[in-house]
Amino acid sequence: MTVTAGWYLALAAVIFVIGAGGMLLRRNALVMFMSVELMLNAANLSFVAAGRQLGLLDGQAAVFFVMVVAAAEVVVGLAIIVAVFRRRATASVDELSGLKG
Amino acid sequence: MVELVLFVIFALAALLGAVTTVWARNPVYSALGLMLTLFSVAVFYVSNGAHFVAAVQVIVYAGAVMTLFLFVIMLVGVDRSEDRRENLPVQRPLALALLALFGAGVLVAGRFVWVTGEEFPGAAIGTVERLGSDLFRRWVLPFELTALLLIIAAAGAIALGMFRRGEEGGGEDEDEEGAA
Repeated sequence: MTVTAGWYLALAAVIFVIGAGGMLLRRNALVMFMSVELMLNAANLSFVAAGRQLGLLDGQAAVFFVMVVAAAEVVVGLAIIVAVFRRRATASVDELSGLKG
Repeated sequence: MVELVLFVIFALAALLGAVTTVWARNPVYSALGLMLTLFSVAVFYVSNGAHFVAAVQVIVYAGAVMTLFLFVIMLVGVDRSEDRRENLPVQRPLALALLALFGAGVLVAGRFVWVTGEEFPGAAIGTVERLGSDLFRRWVLPFELTALLLIIAAAGAIALGMFRRGEEGGGEDEDEEGAA
């Protein structure tokens, strides 16, 4: 039995679904952020697996750019979480209802 | 054969890490589970021939990003237990149903050739030379834009860390985010 790209794509789909589940079900901003990272990694894995199947390097270049954007997103997002925590002393997104009408 | 064994072991590790990330009550355990998943994905990169990307994954994600996460977890505090009550009435069942639907959709769509493409025999090995010549020839403009993006992100993190409620524009605060 050889491991085809389809196996990797299926695994990436499952990891993506778990990450999306964390995004939808958790209320801790940090855990939600980690779920975003899970989804990004699942997308990266499918990029690499598809690139291998097609015999192209473009998938790996795409992964490179996704990683850079993810790093920037983590830096700004964690800074926002820390700034919110300083003002409201909470990391739960349910308690951040200041814009509620 | 080797790839099959590696796939099974690290697929289980990746799924365990992902479930731990979402399920654990303590954010530190979530971070450790995420780290397990990141390392497993790095192994998958290697077995798919993406050697340079695997190295970047270990250094950037498992190194820098996870350190940043752990810093912020310690800063925000891990001892306060998260309130697990759900305020929206049908949020949880609806979310689980949507997830099942989405997962089934992706898994079914992955079986069609118009989604995954035809299979070619030659695998592209992502060494530093080949990926670098690709990045600096075909993708040189996006590559430069990523540099700009990182500078903007670092500056934004420092700006977010500097402003406080009382003193607008105070400058001597600590900013862990900017150092990354």
